[in-house]
Amino acid sequence: MTARAWLERQRSLLDYTLASLGRRRAKNLSLLLVYGLVVFAVASTLLLAEALRAEATAALRGAPDVVVQRLQAGRHDLIAAAEVERLAAIRGVERAAGRRWGYLYRPVSKANLTVLVPERFWGSDGEVVIGEGVARVEHLSAGATIYLPTGSGEVLAFTVREVIPPESSRFTTDLLLLSEASFLRLFGAAPDRYTDIALTVPNAREIPKVAEKVLLLLPGARAITRLEMSRTYQSIFDWRSGLVMAMLSAALLAFALVAWDKAAGLSAEERREIGILKAIGWDVSDVLLVKAWEGAVVSAAAFTGGLVAAYLHVFVGSAALFAPVLQGWSTLSPRLHLAPALDGLQLATLFFLTVVPYTVATVVPAWRSATADPDAVMR
Amino acid sequence: MRPSDRLLVALALAWLALVGCWLHATLRVREANDHRAAAAMVRRLGLTDLALFTEARYTRHPSQADRFAPFQDHPGAVEHFPTGSVVAPPEGP
Repeated sequence: MTARAWLERQRSLLDYTLASLGRRRAKNLSLLLVYGLVVFAVASTLLLAEALRAEATAALRGAPDVVVQRLQAGRHDLIAAAEVERLAAIRGVERAAGRRWGYLYRPVSKANLTVLVPERFWGSDGEVVIGEGVARVEHLSAGATIYLPTGSGEVLAFTVREVIPPESSRFTTDLLLLSEASFLRLFGAAPDRYTDIALTVPNAREIPKVAEKVLLLLPGARAITRLEMSRTYQSIFDWRSGLVMAMLSAALLAFALVAWDKAAGLSAEERREIGILKAIGWDVSDVLLVKAWEGAVVSAAAFTGGLVAAYLHVFVGSAALFAPVLQGWSTLSPRLHLAPALDGLQLATLFFLTVVPYTVATVVPAWRSATADPDAVMR
Repeated sequence: MRPSDRLLVALALAWLALVGCWLHATLRVREANDHRAAAAMVRRLGLTDLALFTEARYTRHPSQADRFAPFQDHPGAVEHFPTGSVVAPPEGP
């Protein structure tokens, strides 16, 4: 058979397949819809997780090399300022800096803010710099006044110096930055105690060793390396665990149901069709080809439709459908305007996990009917 | 036009849409700037975590939370924040 004749034959089979699909229009359209929705849900999850992971990996390169926390009875406790000098003396540590940060619950907006003293705060003592999310839920803008209660019941007034631009809101949406003096006043914190200590280690290969030395120096402490911070996010957005698995399992179960229904057998009408085809002289291979085309057409349409819709959902629609899941009970959530990060291997895996099983599930029952006697099949 | 031709046209359009997505992804220069802006802010402020889940301190800063934080009420307490069901606990060493 020449290539042209082969092609013509495939096209004729395809014509027949489409006509056959058209005869059961409602059933096939609903199948396509369910299938497309499954691909959409799985692909949206994978795209979102990959984008968040890429974002975390890229941005956390700027995180402190090592963060040293003091633990007290298994809980994070404040660390004495005197330890800064001792940690700075470790060979390989360029500098050690005490950091002050904490949380503040705002009953009015029901938001949890992260209050942080930057190493070099660019405002004055009565000023704060707030994240985009804080500005949104507290209805604040530059120049406005925010009132924060201290631990002793006194209320302090701060002027909003500026709102952090939304480009970095994935990291800064709930931040409230202020000066060290304001922090100490607000929380009544002891000046000789820090929340934790950040170490700068210029040689990345020395970081694990430095972390070990920190633990020798401060046996009750915990040293969190930048690699561990990054790994936390790798594992949160890993497709085998957490977020992705929670959403994936439901979608995959739904898909398994569809595939099972399909593989469990053909309808009487479909079996009759195969019988007639056999009776008028079609080969088993022709029948199987038609069924393979049927599976391929439905899966290709569902896969492409689902994938394009997922892309638009995550990167154009800011993953709006997932927002309630991601937000949980948080009042403050960043706008998920993510930079697209496509992982070819992941998409290929999705393709083989959805298209191939479905196509096989279409062909197998057809093969059973096609190899039977046409008379018995039609009866 | 035969049905198979119509299908091929539809498939070509669908794949064009996929290629469009891929082009969109590679050409979003502004987003690359966003990446840089976020990285610069992380470096400037010494941040350690994404601000995705702000409902509890151990979901706001998963990399900084101690291992008992999700079960802080009493030993063996059930984790009660919804984020706890979508964020896996940190891996052991």
